[in-house]
Amino acid sequence: MVPEFGYGILFVTFLATLYSVGAAALGGLRRSPSMVESARRGMMLTFPLLSISAGVLIYLLVNNRFDISFVYEVTSRSMPTYLKVTAWWGGQAGSLLFWSWLLAAFASAVTLRKWDRDREFLPWVIVVASTTLAFFLMMVIFFENPFARYFQTSAGVAAYTIPPAGGVPFMPPDGRGLNPLLRHPGMVIHPPMLYLGFVSFVIPYAFAIAALVTGRTDDRWIRLTRRWALWAWLFLSFGLVLGGRWAYDVLGWGGYWGWDPVEIAAFMPWLSGTAFLHSVMIQEKRGLLKHWNMILIVLTYALVIFGTFLTRSGVLSSVHAFAQSAIGPLFFGFIGATFITSIGLIIWRWPDLHGEMEMSSMLSREALFLLNNLLFMLVLAVCFLGVLFPLASELVTGQKVTVGPPWYERINAPLFAALIFLMGVAPLSAWGHSTLRTLGRGIWKAVIVATAVTVGLYATYTKNVTALIGFFLIALVVAVTLHEFWRATRARQRAQQEPFPVALGRLVGRDRRRYGGYIVHLSMMFMAVGILGIEIFQLETQDTLATGESIAIGGYTLKYEEIAEFSHKQGHDVIRAVVGVYEGDSYRGQLYPRIDYYYDPANPAETVQPMTIPGQRPTLKDDLYVLLIDWQPATSSGATFKAFVNPLVNSLWLGSFLFLFGVLVAAWPGSEPERLSARVGKPALQPTAAD
Amino acid sequence: MQSSKFIVGGGLIVAAVIYLIASSTQASAEYFLTVEEVQARADSMVGKSLRLSGAVIGDTIDYDPQSLTLTFEIAHVPGDQADIEDEGGLAEVLHAAVTDSSRPRVRVLYVGPKPDLLRDEAQAIMTGSLQEDGVFHADELLLKCPTRYEEAVPQQAASR
Repeated sequence: MVPEFGYGILFVTFLATLYSVGAAALGGLRRSPSMVESARRGMMLTFPLLSISAGVLIYLLVNNRFDISFVYEVTSRSMPTYLKVTAWWGGQAGSLLFWSWLLAAFASAVTLRKWDRDREFLPWVIVVASTTLAFFLMMVIFFENPFARYFQTSAGVAAYTIPPAGGVPFMPPDGRGLNPLLRHPGMVIHPPMLYLGFVSFVIPYAFAIAALVTGRTDDRWIRLTRRWALWAWLFLSFGLVLGGRWAYDVLGWGGYWGWDPVEIAAFMPWLSGTAFLHSVMIQEKRGLLKHWNMILIVLTYALVIFGTFLTRSGVLSSVHAFAQSAIGPLFFGFIGATFITSIGLIIWRWPDLHGEMEMSSMLSREALFLLNNLLFMLVLAVCFLGVLFPLASELVTGQKVTVGPPWYERINAPLFAALIFLMGVAPLSAWGHSTLRTLGRGIWKAVIVATAVTVGLYATYTKNVTALIGFFLIALVVAVTLHEFWRATRARQRAQQEPFPVALGRLVGRDRRRYGGYIVHLSMMFMAVGILGIEIFQLETQDTLATGESIAIGGYTLKYEEIAEFSHKQGHDVIRAVVGVYEGDSYRGQLYPRIDYYYDPANPAETVQPMTIPGQRPTLKDDLYVLLIDWQPATSSGATFKAFVNPLVNSLWLGSFLFLFGVLVAAWPGSEPERLSARVGKPALQPTAAD
Repeated sequence: MQSSKFIVGGGLIVAAVIYLIASSTQASAEYFLTVEEVQARADSMVGKSLRLSGAVIGDTIDYDPQSLTLTFEIAHVPGDQADIEDEGGLAEVLHAAVTDSSRPRVRVLYVGPKPDLLRDEAQAIMTGSLQEDGVFHADELLLKCPTRYEEAVPQQAASR
């Protein structure tokens, strides 16, 4: 009864979303507030309903209900409870339900806000959010039912949504268990983070469409959804970083990013979203690029759905292909239909979206923002081309040609370098008009600092030209950004007679978006240092050692001390080596690279999946990363180790914390008074209400 | 025209990136081939950068942990996702490929640690190049094991 209840609730929710779409559209067209209100209530109902349905699924997961095929696929008796709960998003059917649940939560939250003078947007926001939700629920209900049960019929055992005639319920004794690769804390929170990011971008998109439909095409929709976009961006960024961390810890190749199609699928909405966050500022400040912002948010929404589809459909062979199913055409149909409709709306409103002034100076801040957008779009285009390359080349030449990481790196490296350079220059340029002279006046000190840093690195650390260019640009951005903080704080300190820390705090508090953004830029520089470190300076060695023997790598000596085999209480076996680490002559402790052997509980004799877990020693200087590759029970033949030294890589992970802080500064809801609309060339308007 | 300089500037950047894409594609694109295609065109493919996929034949796996030398044979599987679906999904296709001894096979040599997922009926996706002697030297080895993936149903279902 319980699974049927969960499924029934899904169906009721689906009907509620359909009702909301219809009622909201009618209410919007006929300007009937009561109808819109009814649609809003329908929308609000979806969140509690889906929560119940999700609760049912979690109940089934936790209680080992292996007669449910989804439970059978992703859990097993030996898994701890927290992993059983998080197995909710460990498989396709569950993760689609998870996506729907998040969307219902966000859509309900946004309909709860005070609409006051934005009431005309409401019906269309409901239409867009509910349509998206209805699509995902349709997937769950008709194609990927997480509550489908096993029945034994004369033809064998299969999963059915509706019990087959003469079918006998079938309950396997144990489940297959979550893929061991996914049993990692990073993997427990990586999908929800990514999905939070994906789903949050639906809200700005919904407002953009509402603005197009109602013809209220000023920047109101942007102001209303600024924070949504920032939070979406935060979650998406964190999802990407966590995914990288998971790959680094679990996949055991000493890297964190492999330009895998699925990684790129999550990266693409990040790129268009980042471009969007920058370009909306030009519309707010200068009333320019209205068409472009609409196109960017439509593109981001399409890429979000595309990303969900790629990660969830198995169309591409990649390490992420944990899920395979036949829902591809539907996803493409939905992406195509929403994209064409959106673009149609933009074309319909094209004349209303003309800029309020012209861009004239090539060095003005808006021009540099435009350049930033162009660069992000080019990276996006390169990524998209790379993913489509096999398909496109087959169509054109009949020969499937693929491109790998070196291809992406060669093309994107100069683009990333240019983006970093822009981060150094743009904060110094003025809205409206800048010249080389004014920019030069702002930047010369920073150039001196960056040159000094580069010369110092050349003398002491590296002669690699790519690395030196990278470090020069990074030093330049750090110097410019810190100088901006310093200059503005000093000015405030003098003007207001405040102590330095107070002046700094108030400065940031008064313009959190700007200074939050600068903190994010700084955090990007930390990450860039880590990326340069691992990309350019990674060291690697491998050898087979008998106990007592050692290998040397990058100033470290690794001594193989012993190996032990034991059973873990969660049902897998562990082979753990003990490696002593020496740096020069001084002893630095032990590392424990290991291999875990996971058995398929349903079929223990045949399937064993080994999982290689590195021993890591992180320091600010580098990360020592040791893998146990192979081992023999007899100590004489020894064990094979592979070791990496990844210089500076921890700067990447540290940078992500600074990044989090920076976005929180910019996005945290608070008493920040919405600033006067400071368009150049126009008298200041009255203050608008804070979101 | 105020906007012409923006168009020219943007156009120059786009042109530079197109040049980068073209030159990088020449330098590092890989041909994606099945075992059958490699054998049919072995002569013209020797030395080129290839991406090859096939089903791992368990009995042929040989690994020397001292020299980290791994060799095995792969059997032909269709390259097209639609063909794989038609033939009953990846697991079925791989199983059929391994049990059918008439299928074209290629010997693979890889130097490095033996991957965790390497076993009978795994799908190997490799980048590397074909040598004169017909052995494929893999630089990179990626494995997929459909048995670990979702589509599988309980053992009892095998009778279907």
